[in-house]
Amino acid sequence: MNSMHQGFWDAWELIITFDRDLYEIVFLSLKVTVSAVILASLIALPLGAFLAVFRFKFRRYVIAVLNALMGLPPVVVGLFVYMLLSRAGPLGGFGLLFSPSAMIIAQVIIIVPLIASISHQAIRDLWSEYHDLLISMNATRFQRAKALLWDGKRALLTAILAGFGRAIGEVGAIMIVGGNIEHATRVLTTAIALETGKGNFAFAMGLGLVLITLAILINLLIHIVGKTERASTW
Amino acid sequence: MVIFPLRMHGVTAHFRKKRLVGPIDITIETEGFTIVMGPNGAGKTTLLRLMHGLQRCSGGGVEWAVPQAKAREKQAYVFQSPIMMRRKVIDSIAYPLRLRGLGVSAARAKAQECAGRFGLENLLDSWAPMLSGGEKQKLSLARALVIKPDILFLDEPCANLDGRSTREIEEILLDAQASGTRIIMSTHDIGQARRLAQDVIFMYDGKIHEQTTAEIFFTAPATKEAQAFINGDIVE
Repeated sequence: MNSMHQGFWDAWELIITFDRDLYEIVFLSLKVTVSAVILASLIALPLGAFLAVFRFKFRRYVIAVLNALMGLPPVVVGLFVYMLLSRAGPLGGFGLLFSPSAMIIAQVIIIVPLIASISHQAIRDLWSEYHDLLISMNATRFQRAKALLWDGKRALLTAILAGFGRAIGEVGAIMIVGGNIEHATRVLTTAIALETGKGNFAFAMGLGLVLITLAILINLLIHIVGKTERASTW
Repeated sequence: MVIFPLRMHGVTAHFRKKRLVGPIDITIETEGFTIVMGPNGAGKTTLLRLMHGLQRCSGGGVEWAVPQAKAREKQAYVFQSPIMMRRKVIDSIAYPLRLRGLGVSAARAKAQECAGRFGLENLLDSWAPMLSGGEKQKLSLARALVIKPDILFLDEPCANLDGRSTREIEEILLDAQASGTRIIMSTHDIGQARRLAQDVIFMYDGKIHEQTTAEIFFTAPATKEAQAFINGDIVE
């Protein structure tokens, strides 16, 4: 219990004194996660719409695989990206290993199936509602997908937030490909793992509190900006 | 571009192995207000959907004077249960114009003008799914008529509406017809059919039993099923 109290106070002190190291870690966490979420959304949302609107051979299998990939083990992704980016790997020439870019790549791979699956489900429901109307209006397939993405934006926001939640709390893959290097690739989750390993439970606890607060604040902010609880039919 | 006449020859439609309609042979010419009548399950909705291309034929063919895709550009369809896009009223009405390549501001300006004619001018910024039943159906009509279609299909548009909303919608439809839109509408309401119809298609058991002028249909129906329907008897 003492450790927890101490953790709260340590965290509070670090925050109000604008501790340089803490804020560096927080900003890098945000930079990596927000970049990964943006990139993953650009891939996953059109993919979800495509799977909902277009009919093609093996479509069901693609959806089943995508759903299965939602539970992709981060450590395996980390290992895969490590091999891809290591000097001997096919993308080794770019020198991205142990950099924030490598961490972003790993997070994108982890959250694309999650965002795509949830958005596919949301868009499929909306498509069954809009189907006759959009066909009747002679909308092209591209126009249909665009309308579904636009009108389903509140449900899609939930998919994006789920991706954000998974990415900001991710540790296994980014530890492998980022290396947890101080002032370079250390983010909140890897710092917590390191501090716990060193026995600095209070400091680790403080970082954990910052991480949770950050996740809640960003979710709230997106809900407020996205007006998810207003102008709806419920 | 003239899309008429519409010709259906030997059209049948099935769901799984059950026949829904057919065989149907019919020609729809340029002008008029046609009411499709018949008891539940007679195939009225299926007939409209086949004409509009929302449903595929199992046999036979539906032909317009131009290819189907071109013909669809000049058609509009109003569903029995209005499908409301999750947008503001003004953006819902503007949507068909946006699909036709009109810019946002031009489409919104036209939508605003159109909404005025439908008594929706005070609801432009309202969320479409939140409208009342009558307002939703008026919005559906505005969205259909904003493109000035050559033909408008309506599937029981006044079902579940009160007398006042029904009258408002009938006035809108008569205005649209006066402006040159060909109308084909299904309804159960014999009073409404008497008020609006120039021609009647009477369907029973998936087949067209009668296609004639409203005057002849209501004074001297040719089949006993039609006579029973007009009399308000139960037609099974």
